Amino acid sequence: MSEATPPDDRMELQEDPGQQDQRQQRRLRGSDGRMLLDQYFRVACIGIAGISVVILAFLLGSIIYQGVPSLSWTLLSGTPEPEPSEAGAWPAIAGTIWVCTICALITLPIGIGTAVLIEEFKPRNRLANRIFSAIQLNISNLAGVPSVVYGILGLTAFVSMFGLFGSLKGGESSLEIGAVYYDQFTNLASDPFLSMGAENARERYFLAPVASPSDPPTVATSGMEMFEYQGDQKVPVKISVFDPFGDLPSDPEELSLAIAADTIPGRISEKSWYYFSLPFGRGVLAGSLTLMLVILPVIIISSQEALRSVPSSLRDGARGLGATPWQVVWNITLPAAAPGILTGSILAMSRAIGETAPILIIAGIVYIRNAPQHLMDSYTVLPLQIYNWTSRPQEEFHAIAAAGIVVLLVILLSFNAIAVILRQRMQNKVR
Amino acid sequence: MTTKTLETKPKRIMNQVAPTPSAENDSTDALDSTQYAIEAEKLNGWYGDFQALHEISLKIPKNQVTAFIGPSGCGKSTLLRWFNRMNDTIFSARASGDLRLGDIDLLAPSTDVVDLRRRVGIVFQKANPFPKSIFENVAFGPRLHMQLNKSELSDLVEWSLRKAAVWKEVKDRLNAPALGLSGGQQQRLCIARAIATGPEVLLMDEPCSALDPASTLAIEDLMDELRDQYTIVIVTHNMQQASRCSDKTAFFFEGRVVEFDTTETIFTKPSSQKTEDYVRGRFG
Ligand SMILES: Nc1ncnc2c1ncn2[C@@H]1O[C@H](COP(=O)(O)OP(=O)(O)OP(=O)(O)O)[C@@H](O)[C@H]1O
Ligand SMILES: [Mg+2]
Repeated sequence: MSEATPPDDRMELQEDPGQQDQRQQRRLRGSDGRMLLDQYFRVACIGIAGISVVILAFLLGSIIYQGVPSLSWTLLSGTPEPEPSEAGAWPAIAGTIWVCTICALITLPIGIGTAVLIEEFKPRNRLANRIFSAIQLNISNLAGVPSVVYGILGLTAFVSMFGLFGSLKGGESSLEIGAVYYDQFTNLASDPFLSMGAENARERYFLAPVASPSDPPTVATSGMEMFEYQGDQKVPVKISVFDPFGDLPSDPEELSLAIAADTIPGRISEKSWYYFSLPFGRGVLAGSLTLMLVILPVIIISSQEALRSVPSSLRDGARGLGATPWQVVWNITLPAAAPGILTGSILAMSRAIGETAPILIIAGIVYIRNAPQHLMDSYTVLPLQIYNWTSRPQEEFHAIAAAGIVVLLVILLSFNAIAVILRQRMQNKVR
Repeated sequence: MTTKTLETKPKRIMNQVAPTPSAENDSTDALDSTQYAIEAEKLNGWYGDFQALHEISLKIPKNQVTAFIGPSGCGKSTLLRWFNRMNDTIFSARASGDLRLGDIDLLAPSTDVVDLRRRVGIVFQKANPFPKSIFENVAFGPRLHMQLNKSELSDLVEWSLRKAAVWKEVKDRLNAPALGLSGGQQQRLCIARAIATGPEVLLMDEPCSALDPASTLAIEDLMDELRDQYTIVIVTHNMQQASRCSDKTAFFFEGRVVEFDTTETIFTKPSSQKTEDYVRGRFG
């Protein structure tokens, strides 16, 4: 053919009809095939998406079907009694709230701060650059470590603190703040053996403060001042000591203030809300810090991603106006990255709420009757409580476990909903 | 076309609030001793091993408009970014030679870049408003550097927006997001933002490349008006613009200043053949 190639249709005219037909068919089939492929692909996508939706709906449906009948006020506010009809999850719900709140308060500043350091304050110096890349590599790797490993790490690092502060035997810590120790005495009337002589006295308990938990037991003497709880109030009372087999006072009031000469006190402690001890022991703080280890890499990585997506022209703009690096980060970069950081943090926190394995290692399966009162208090969390219930033999507990799952799901969903609303608000403000 | 009617009010505000008294004392005195705002002497600039600037010697006259022209990639932006050390964030960028603003050595590592950038404002080619309200965009710089009360601040914002010829379009929606403005409006907002801090030198890197003719004229009027108080350096690919609004013009080619002279000379009887070819539109 010459260099002046004829247009396509004229070329076809020169060919015989059969060949032309074939070619047209091929062309048609080609485009047909492409369109068909397109169709198949769409159907496949819908199918795959459908499968996951169906599985999810089935799981949710069966949980709700099993759990909703057992949902009750008792479940939300009660303690985990051994009787299925009385079992509640309040200590576990409160434990989850405590652990996750403290975990968030510790992790978010550290995580976001680390991301800002790595992304916004890249060093010029080559050695520092190496160190930064090493840290980056570590963070990426840590995100993939199974959470059980973090549980074991937390046990060593936070619960016993490498034994730096002595062993934890007997639950005694070597360093404590906010704990007051008492020796508790019982009066004659509360002693089942001696109460025959004191039938008309009421049972009372008296507290004698001790300076340190290792002090020897207090020796009670007549006329000694001790404390007694009247309601929530601690009031001083004057006790008297009697030989229980000798003569007892006849006045019932005097009799109820009497304690036997050989009464051995029990050492108890009262811990205020700011109670703090080293090592942390199996308390809320150790659990929160362990969860921090689990979610810190996730938060750092997602915050980095969010910071990286802020166009550098914004930073240049602020810098060009004479903003210091810190002012650039605080006024421009962080606000612009906030929606992304928030999304990542919420996802990480959702993971923390549902995390079971490290808590199982840190706290163990313990019977907890109260919501935690301070950072070192023992606790349990909702997933652990659910796990506990599902492993019981009674059928009724399985239904209660399902109800517990519904509660957990509601907490997770409301958490995510808040995040979505917050993010929407933030984005509306700038668009 | 000009907006000379504004002259009285803005001047008053300028004297009241910007620039801050201390900075005025330091710098203006220093600049008064010479008639040049920025002086470059045998300045070489590199990105890694690539030399982007070769032996640049230039004296930017005070209170005049200086235009940088030249084909793409010849180092105009690079030089401009050295004027207020925006290159600091590009790790591979380094420079040698002599570059000073008054008595400040612009290349010294010890130079206070934060104060420098307050005194040498920059407007970029691509509008980059912050994702904040229009008001907050303009108030950003003043908030960093000046202690103003509410009414002073809003006066300054209004003055800056008027100067940048965008006031009419935004006065009813100062609290609306700046990203909701058109590209041209965003660019004029960025100019308002840059002049709000009261810089002595205003660097503009192709500020009009995204603007329509009317906004372009408005910006040119703005430069005309600002030249009494500011030193302006503008990079432009628009020969008409350079000839219309600049006093002096520098022609760059492959990292060198080929010719630097009054705008009239450059456009009517340039001494270099390259310059003549370029301004006649024969290459580049
Ligand atoms: N960050 C950088 N890293 C490496 N080289 C760069 C960098 N920025 C610019 N350069 C190079 O330096 C040279 C000058 O670039 P510059 O941006 O100053 O050109 P320009 O004159 O402003 O061009 P234009 O008119 O297209 O904006 C170009 O060759 C460019 O490739
Ligand atoms: Mg450029």
